[in-house]
Amino acid sequence: MELISPSEFAKEKVLSVQEYCLLAARSVASLFTGFFTGFVFALQSANSLQRFGSLSFIGELVSLSMVRELGPVLTGLMVAGRNASGIASELGSMMVTEQIDAMRALGTDPLKKLIAPRIVATVFMLIFLTIISDLMGLFGGMVVARVLLGLDVREYWTSAWESLVRDDVIMGLLKPPIFGFIIATVGCFYGINSRGGTQGVGRATTQAVVAASVLILLTDAVVTRLLMLTFAGYR
Amino acid sequence: MPAASAVVFDNVSLGFQERSVLDGVSFHLAQGETKALFGVAGSGKSLILKLTLGLIKPDAGRIWVLGEEVTALREQDLFELRRRIGMVFQESALFDSLSVHDNVAYRLLEEGKVGEGEMDRRVREALTFVELEHTMDMFPGELSGGMKRRVAIARAMINQPEVLLYDSPTGGLDPVTSTTIIELLVKQRDVYHSSSLLVTHRLQDAFTMASHYFDRSENQMRPLSPGHHGQISMSFLILRDGQVIFDGPAHDLAVSRDEYIREYIS
Repeated sequence: MELISPSEFAKEKVLSVQEYCLLAARSVASLFTGFFTGFVFALQSANSLQRFGSLSFIGELVSLSMVRELGPVLTGLMVAGRNASGIASELGSMMVTEQIDAMRALGTDPLKKLIAPRIVATVFMLIFLTIISDLMGLFGGMVVARVLLGLDVREYWTSAWESLVRDDVIMGLLKPPIFGFIIATVGCFYGINSRGGTQGVGRATTQAVVAASVLILLTDAVVTRLLMLTFAGYR
Repeated sequence: MPAASAVVFDNVSLGFQERSVLDGVSFHLAQGETKALFGVAGSGKSLILKLTLGLIKPDAGRIWVLGEEVTALREQDLFELRRRIGMVFQESALFDSLSVHDNVAYRLLEEGKVGEGEMDRRVREALTFVELEHTMDMFPGELSGGMKRRVAIARAMINQPEVLLYDSPTGGLDPVTSTTIIELLVKQRDVYHSSSLLVTHRLQDAFTMASHYFDRSENQMRPLSPGHHGQISMSFLILRDGQVIFDGPAHDLAVSRDEYIREYIS
């Protein structure tokens, strides 16, 4: 086996690392989404829970909703808006200015150079962004529980933590890679198929966001149902 | 495929949305020859270059480049062949996010076969050839249109390809810059003896190439003395309605009696 120096290895991997960093940096906004989703969800639920005298369950409610459903879907939608459009416009611009043809002419496969790193980066980073978004959502719920409802912070976290079982976490973490794959492939597809100059790039960008968002919601419905059938606890 | 041919088109047809753009196009480009392609806008000149590189596939017909049948190769197999061909795109197609150095070195960086020192030497040599060595650390956005074309020429010739394809290298440029670009093409032809297909709207560019040679001792283009024009291996090809209506040397073009050709060259 041929050994390569650390610097050569780093050069080979630099493209993916750049993609990861850019994706993470661009997606910071999705973390705020997580926080305010948890915040509003706790606020809206508090009224109903109070009527049944179950306000102490607010941690459990926020926790299950964020981890199983809201965290993955909303993070996916936010990243779709940010990255499917970014990928489509970047590749679309390269397409209409013949840069992708130039790449092929120079002996490089655009599939390996442009598309594969974007798919790997989006799939990989969306898992971590979802975890952070879930935590931010729980934190948002905690702020409501403590500041507006006067609940004990320890009680909130205990309820949130103890309500989660392994299947909830698996369900919540199986969705992000699927959504990440959808976001990146849809963005690449519309970008690579851009035609008609700058107008075509604009059209591709819009179509990529719409298609990725609809596909995420559609896939979420199907995947949720399939996972519920798979995990005994949900049957 | 005829011996000593760099490019051969055999009855190639291509259409888009039921509109035929190329209809049974056949020609061959000999080793070391330069062929200038003419035709009105939309006549399929640029498509011929893209077909040569295998960037698009024809609906019918066969194409050979450097002995390989492009129309029969898969995309993965074409990459190897494309390393022996250089192309200068219409709008330069430089990579916006890379510096001039990295644009020119792109092919070498991707192949990963040459060391950093050797790569820098070859990039400097290519940029010196187009007289733009001072732009090494600049980005394409900082260059003028003419400079971009020259960088694109440097990028195309970095590994001394056997075939060069030029897609309107002087399009949209002022006459002085156009002459500089044509001088570079003459220099490339006479110094490295590569075969080339040149798409252009400017007839005078092709006639300049046919009537000039590059004087290496004085590092400039000079007119050939009368009676020596036949020494330059240069031909002209004119497309009309998707078909080749003329394919021959400058002299035959000048004496052609075809009304359309007479009007075209007047």
